[in-house]
Amino acid sequence: MVLKVFFPSCCSSADSGILIGRWISEQNSAVILAVVHFPFIPVQVKQYLGEVQRVTKVSVSVLGSWSNSKQEKEESLSEFLEDLGTIFCHEPWIQISKEGDSKFWSCSILQKHSKNPQEEEIILVYYDQRKVMLSHLHPSLDTAGQRAEDASKLSAIFDTVARSQVLFMTDRYDEGPIKLTHWQSDGVEASIIVELLKQASVPACMLLTFLLSLLSGICRSRVLKFWPLSFLWSKLSTCEQLGHRLQHLQVISSNKKAQNQNQLMRKANIFVSLLIDVALGILLMSWLYRKNRIGHLADTLIPVADHVAEELQDLLQWLMGAPAGLKMNRALDQVLGRFFLYHIHLWISYIHLLSPFIEMILWYVGLSACLGLTVALCILSDIIALLTFHIYCFYVYGARLYCLKIYGLSSLWRLFRGKKWNVLRQRVDSCSYDLDQLFIGTLLFTILLFLLPTTALYYLVFTLLRLLVVIVQGLIHLVVDLIDSLPLYSLILRLCRSYRLAAGVKFRVLEQQDGKPLRLLMQINPLSYGAVVQTYRLPTYSCYPRDSWASLCKKLFLGELIYPWKHKGDKQN
Amino acid sequence: MAEQRRFLSARGVPIALRRRQHSASCRELAVRGPRLQLRSLSAVTSAVWLAAYGLFALSENSMVLSAAIFITLIGLIIYLHFVKIDQESLLVIGSLGIQVTSSYASGKESTTFIEMAQVKDVVINEAIHMQKVIYYLCILLQDPEDPQGVSEVVPLFQSSKPRLDCLIEVYKSCQEILEQRKTVPQSNEIK
Repeated sequence: MVLKVFFPSCCSSADSGILIGRWISEQNSAVILAVVHFPFIPVQVKQYLGEVQRVTKVSVSVLGSWSNSKQEKEESLSEFLEDLGTIFCHEPWIQISKEGDSKFWSCSILQKHSKNPQEEEIILVYYDQRKVMLSHLHPSLDTAGQRAEDASKLSAIFDTVARSQVLFMTDRYDEGPIKLTHWQSDGVEASIIVELLKQASVPACMLLTFLLSLLSGICRSRVLKFWPLSFLWSKLSTCEQLGHRLQHLQVISSNKKAQNQNQLMRKANIFVSLLIDVALGILLMSWLYRKNRIGHLADTLIPVADHVAEELQDLLQWLMGAPAGLKMNRALDQVLGRFFLYHIHLWISYIHLLSPFIEMILWYVGLSACLGLTVALCILSDIIALLTFHIYCFYVYGARLYCLKIYGLSSLWRLFRGKKWNVLRQRVDSCSYDLDQLFIGTLLFTILLFLLPTTALYYLVFTLLRLLVVIVQGLIHLVVDLIDSLPLYSLILRLCRSYRLAAGVKFRVLEQQDGKPLRLLMQINPLSYGAVVQTYRLPTYSCYPRDSWASLCKKLFLGELIYPWKHKGDKQN
Repeated sequence: MAEQRRFLSARGVPIALRRRQHSASCRELAVRGPRLQLRSLSAVTSAVWLAAYGLFALSENSMVLSAAIFITLIGLIIYLHFVKIDQESLLVIGSLGIQVTSSYASGKESTTFIEMAQVKDVVINEAIHMQKVIYYLCILLQDPEDPQGVSEVVPLFQSSKPRLDCLIEVYKSCQEILEQRKTVPQSNEIK
């Protein structure tokens, strides 16, 4: 049976002593956490280990002896080390000895109660204690329902080192009965900035919580729940984005400490995402307000709206003539065309009415870009929606007309064939009609059929325009979604401290010598960037296509109104 | 101790298998493909630059030339870093696990380590690849719920695609180490 010894590379040059760590009997492996140096009193060592065991819940015990002799192997020392095995009885007792500066150590095991006296092969695996302690293995087994046997061998090792943090707090400058060597034995590392931030964060969090509770109280007040306002809030995507960010702020400013790694990463991701968002927003704002660009923008807005209206008028004139060589029904054509032209005229007058106020409105609205780039993009999307409102209206008119026509046609087609739609049974039944019913039905059917191309063409043109606007809005929302959900902190961590996010380990075979145990170096295999984004993605109120392509095409054909983007909060119809 | 033998890949390209035994329960098997040839590199570069020069002669726009140089450089970097695999190796450590490494031409190494508890077996399978039927070596992973089931199949040596004779050598080496873990569990049950 193979015995695996996980030895920390920081203890390679430690003086002689005894090895303490955890013995995992199911895997026949020993994880060595530190070396206790001479002189020590065995009772005190046992007491210390008992305390550590109580605090960390890791079964730390004395596993063996370590001798680092600068000159030739001393016989008396080796006997002394064997005697230690009787004091700290541990089964099996591991003895590692290093001579001088040699890389190849000799390892032996003492088993008093061994049933099979065969020679066990020993594998010596070096690991970097600090990196293994700080790293987090994915996929994480944070769920409480995970059985102990399912836990992979490596996660047991990572777990052992991570939970023994209190063992690494004593360094060599501490006055105590025990002298340890581990990765921090030269002094505990800490950063002044981090400590200061930790102290400052508590009052800052409390202030933020108070402000946020005020804000959410105002938002929830009854004043804003009346029908026109609540309808407006639900339609504007800016309000949704602001609500989303408010939620994020609430998560960050909560007083509860993060329970586990996932919550900590989520908090950190939200914080960094908010920071970058606001920074980009302020950058955008400073660019807009410099050289009065926002004034220029407001000045070009009205001419752009005018231009769009003119293009629409040209389009309608084209439709009222003979578009693409198709012959339209003159009367219906003129009616529809004039109706839509009048609409455009109304819209243009309305826009011109607003024109003196546009610059001021835009100036104040542009100030809200300091809340974040996502808010600015949402405002842009809402402005586009408002400016193309007439296209939306035309689409609804065209769709309703076309829909009516299609339903009328299908029902009259059934009459033409002598059938009827049975609402009770939800199927088509045969029916005997009177002669006058048949006569009128056939007439109407013919009329509707010959008027179909005209209506269909208007419907097609306005649907295409509406789809164009929807696609533009969808792209903007995609960018907003991206900024919202990208876990920037995790990505930066993966870039700079890749050992913190581990997908697994990799082993490297070091130089071997015959007769000596197999030497391996265990390194951390970091998570790939795609896996980082997938694991730590922030949830958003994302909009994704509501219908599949097939149902979308069917809806378009039948003339039903389409709302291609579904928001997470929307109820399913 | 290391030994090297030459074989042919499924496409007829010469590959080399290197076997190293580090200890009684640790073996490393590496399949090395042919290196990037200067011939093919210069052929592709000259073809791209000739095409760019032809476009330049037609359009009189010097941006075409700089774009061609840019594209060649970026394409070469992407090819060396993401596409061209020089060596694929398998490190079998009995009682720890199996490690699969692919080394790219730019020096990048992508490693996966599979623990021994998850490994059910290492087998040679047949597959239909394009118009050929090829043999490939794969690791069968254990399904945690079902002791007889296989949860995943991990194919090995996908880029070099050695032929059956090479695969048999690798298979025999792996099985020698995997068999050790079957004889060992009796000592584990004595507790």
